[in-house]
Formats: sequence, C-alpha cells, structure tokens
Amino acid sequence: MKSAAFWGALAAIFAAGLALTGAVANEYYYNALYLILQAALMAIAWNILGGFTGYVNFGSAGFFAIGAYTTVALNKALGLPLPLLILAGGAVGGLVGLGLGYLTLRLKGVYFAIATLAMAIVIETLVINWSYVGGAKGTYILTPEKHLWFDSYIQMLFVVMLLLTLAAVAISRMLSSSRIGRGLAAIRDDEVAAECAGVPTLRLKLVSTTVMGAMMGVAGAPFPFFVTFVDPSSAFNLFIAVNAIAMPMIGGTAHWLGPVIGALLVGTTQEIVKVTVSSEMNVLIVGVMLVVFITLAPQGIVGLARKHLRRRKP
Amino acid sequence: MFSADLLANAVVAGILLGGFYAAVAIGLAIVFGQLDIVNIAHPAFIIVGAYIAYILNSRFGFDPVLVGLLAAPAFFFVGALIYRVYFLAFERTGQESLSGLAFFFGVMFIIEVVLILIYGVDYRLVQAGYIGQTWRIGFVDFPLRMLVPFAVSAALTAAIYAYMSHTFMGRAIQAVAQDRLALQLMGADPVRIKQWAFGLGIATAAIAGSLLIIIGPVEPSVGRLYIGRAFAIVVLGGMGSIKGMFIAALILGIVESMVATFAGPSWSPAVAFGVLALTLALRPAGLFGRQ
Repeated sequence: MKSAAFWGALAAIFAAGLALTGAVANEYYYNALYLILQAALMAIAWNILGGFTGYVNFGSAGFFAIGAYTTVALNKALGLPLPLLILAGGAVGGLVGLGLGYLTLRLKGVYFAIATLAMAIVIETLVINWSYVGGAKGTYILTPEKHLWFDSYIQMLFVVMLLLTLAAVAISRMLSSSRIGRGLAAIRDDEVAAECAGVPTLRLKLVSTTVMGAMMGVAGAPFPFFVTFVDPSSAFNLFIAVNAIAMPMIGGTAHWLGPVIGALLVGTTQEIVKVTVSSEMNVLIVGVMLVVFITLAPQGIVGLARKHLRRRKP
Repeated sequence: MFSADLLANAVVAGILLGGFYAAVAIGLAIVFGQLDIVNIAHPAFIIVGAYIAYILNSRFGFDPVLVGLLAAPAFFFVGALIYRVYFLAFERTGQESLSGLAFFFGVMFIIEVVLILIYGVDYRLVQAGYIGQTWRIGFVDFPLRMLVPFAVSAALTAAIYAYMSHTFMGRAIQAVAQDRLALQLMGADPVRIKQWAFGLGIATAAIAGSLLIIIGPVEPSVGRLYIGRAFAIVVLGGMGSIKGMFIAALILGIVESMVATFAGPSWSPAVAFGVLALTLALRPAGLFGRQ
C-alpha cells in the first residue's frame, strides 16, 4: 500500500468515526465498537512480538490488566485526566514488556510462552493481594462528568480508542517495513543465523517486547472508565488473551494488516453472536475459529489472499 | 505464630499436596518431557476428568477414583485422536512451535467454555465416605481427602515408571524422545508410538481429575492455575524423568504449603512461577534431565 493512500485511509476512518458520533446516538453501537477496537489494539500489539518476532505471548491479559490497574491506582491517588492515565498505562506496560524482553535471553520457544502465561498469573496474584486497588473484591470507578463536545462519555471513549488503534496500525506498519521489521523477521526465521549475520537480536527483541507491552498497557488504561467496575477476573480475563492470539492467527501473522483483518472479522462476529445468540456463545466462537484456522489455514486470511493472487497471475 | 506443630503440619500437608501434583504433572511429563509436545491443554483435560467424576458420583454414587480409572481408556482414545490432528496439521509440516502452541491454547479455551456453557461457573464437589475424615498421628493431621489422592497418585507414578522402563512400548516411547531417526531405522513407526504415548498422557488426566475433585470443589477455570504448576514440575524434575518429576512435585507441594501457611493462601499460585523461573535461570536441565 502506498504511503499517501495509507495515511489518507487512516484519516478517512478517523473522520468517519467522528461523523458517526454526530449522527448516531444509540450507545450500544459505541459499546460494541469500543470492544472491537480494544481487541484490535491488543491483536496488533500481540502481533508485533508474536507475528513479527516469533515469540508467543500467552500473558496478554496481564499487560492489559497492568494498564487497567495503573489507571485505577493513579486515578485514586492523583485523579489524573484520561490522556495522562493512558500515557502512564503505556509506560508501565512498556517497562514490564522490557523486563519480559530480558527473559528472552534465557527462554526460547515454548519456555518463553509458558513463562508469559505464568507471569500473568503472578501479576494477578499481586493485584489480588493489593487492597489499595480493590484486591480480589474489585473496585468502582466514577466516570468523569466532562466529555468534551461529545454527547456522552462512551462516545468520547470510542473516539479515543479509535485514535489509539489507528496510531497502533501506523506504528505496526512502520515497524514491519523498516530495518527493525526486517531484523525481527530474521529473528523469527532463525535467531542464531540472525545473530551471526550481525543483527542486534537482543536490542531488537527488547524493542519488540517494549512496544508490545506499551500498546497493551495503553489498550487497558481506558478500560476502568468503560466498565466502571474493575476486578481481577474481568481485567485478567483469559478471553482477552485468547482474542489477542486468535485475531492475528486468523488474519495472518506475517503482515501488519493481518491482525486488523482478524480483529474486524472476529470482533464483528462476536458482537453479532452476542446479540443474536448469547454472550457465552461469542466466547466459544473465537476458540473454535482459532483452532479451525490454524489447523486448516496456518497463514491466515492474508496468506489465503496472497495464494489466491499468485494463482491468478502466474 | 511460628511453632513446631504448625511447621510439621505444613510440611505434611505439602507432601500430600505434592503427591497429588505428581498425578497432575505425570501426563505432561510424558507428553512434554518425552515427546516435546507443548500440551498446555493438559490441565483442561484434568478438569474434564473431574467433571466426569462429579457427574457419575452425583448420579450413581460411584467412587471418584473408580470413575477416574474407568474413564482413562476413553481419555486414551481422545488423546490419540488429538495427536492425529496435531501430527497431520502441525508436526508433519514443521509448524509445531507457534501454531501448535496456539492450537492447544484454543483447545484449552474451548474445553473451559463448553464446561461453563453446560455446568456454569458454580463449584462442584463429590461425595465419598472418606472425604471429611482425618487421621491424627501425634499432633500431625492426615486428612483423608489429601491422603487418598496422595496414595493413588504415588501408585500411578510407580505404574507409569514401571511401564516406561520395563515394557517394549514404554522403552519405545523413551527411544522416540532420544533418537527418532534411529527408531525409524529399527523398523518402528515413531508416529504410532507417539500417538500411543500421547493417549497415555491424556489417560492420566482422567485419574488426576478424579483426585482433584476429591481434594476440593472444582469449577471450569481452576485448570489454568495448574498450567504453571504442571510445567514447573516437569521442568524442575528434568525433561523425560519420571523420578525427577515426582521429587519436583513434592518440592513444589511443600514450598506452596509453606507459603500458604506462613504468608497466606492467596500467594500460593505465584510459587509455581517462582520455581519455574529459578529453574530455567539456574539449571535449565532440571534435577534429573536429559540434556
């Protein structure tokens, strides 16, 4: 995709989102769109480490919860405004991501994946034992009165999330098409060979885990205002981690567009199923889609499309 | 706060708990330790085993351990079937690392959600004569709801250990782990052996599940807590060593019991990660590992 067309598309999507808030008042749509965008942001973040670099992170929910609980703690302690809370969530998530990056020094492949899963459980244990942010019982967050020029707070949250997701798409695209992206791909294909060829593997892996952690922290930061009640079981929900893995896998992990396509497809399906069938069914669907896609189409939708295009023009 | 009988009780409780953990980890010690298949869905199968014990116990009053033994063959066939899918989709094409992991993650998630859809998130438990009884020797308690799982688990570990070292199939499984190509040259089919071993690993989950629900009430998502524990035990024990796995399970049980007694039970889920991280940092081969 040409650069001008890409930035034009982003601007057009953002303008469309703004126009929507002027035209539609029904809050349900903003709720649904917010959830889809949140999942998309998580998927894009996961893909930077999982898809570009080849390290599987099962602990996405932990990073998401770090963002959410940073908001809870700072909101209670200082009452900071939302943009600062999002920055703080990103900063803390990025720091923990950096720590995770140093883990890759000793842990490769499956050991790394298991360590991330265990890490999420440790963070959850810490939060459960931290009574300031509500502990196991959870805590309520008051939605601020002000919501700029929007009709309701959820409309503003939707626009904020739209902006964050578009920024993540841009970062992900820049990363994948730059020198860094080629270095990450080299690590994914063969880390030892990359190291021998002079790719600074550790530095690149640290960039990758930090960006991933920061994005996930950012995704979680507005969450307390969205749900108004946060407890460990909602912030550390396995559903978040499964979505973050399933969406890039279904869309295709090698390309920056993959997680976006996957998130739109899976997220929309989930919202439709939630309304028409039941909210438990929508949780099941992502698991089934994940297993079916990686068994039958391991390259995802982007991979299928590429194969199709290649066949059309020999 | 600190006293000798508290300490002694914590150690005994830890040994009993650790013995039970061996039943949780033994399936993984075969599947992950010998075959290098990262079956993170293993605890989910254990939860299925627990629910089968719950259903047959509450309907017909069967003893949970008996149900576990009866369900094991069915689990064996399910496991063999899953390995078939895994082999055809990932192992044959060399994509087991990333896609295989995500596959088992998806399987785990599906099992959990299906259980929630059918039975909800309520805690389920079983009835048996020995649950609730406690033997007392000196000032040390031996609750039977812990002692029975410990005994069954120790017997299971001994049986698997004997099977792996004395039967043709058991030795073939170890051979697959050591040198796949050499096994093929001997005229044995590694895929069939791995399928058998995977089935065996899943079959142990039926028994582990019945023990889990004897120890305490079970709901679908508790399986997740056992992922870290099971992998910590297998890695600490050393890949491929049943003996090491049992010792590692006892160590983890004792440490967890100490932490629960002296720091509070809400901290114990973090212990497994600490053990796992320390092992990987200090001695990645584990206590008794093949390199």
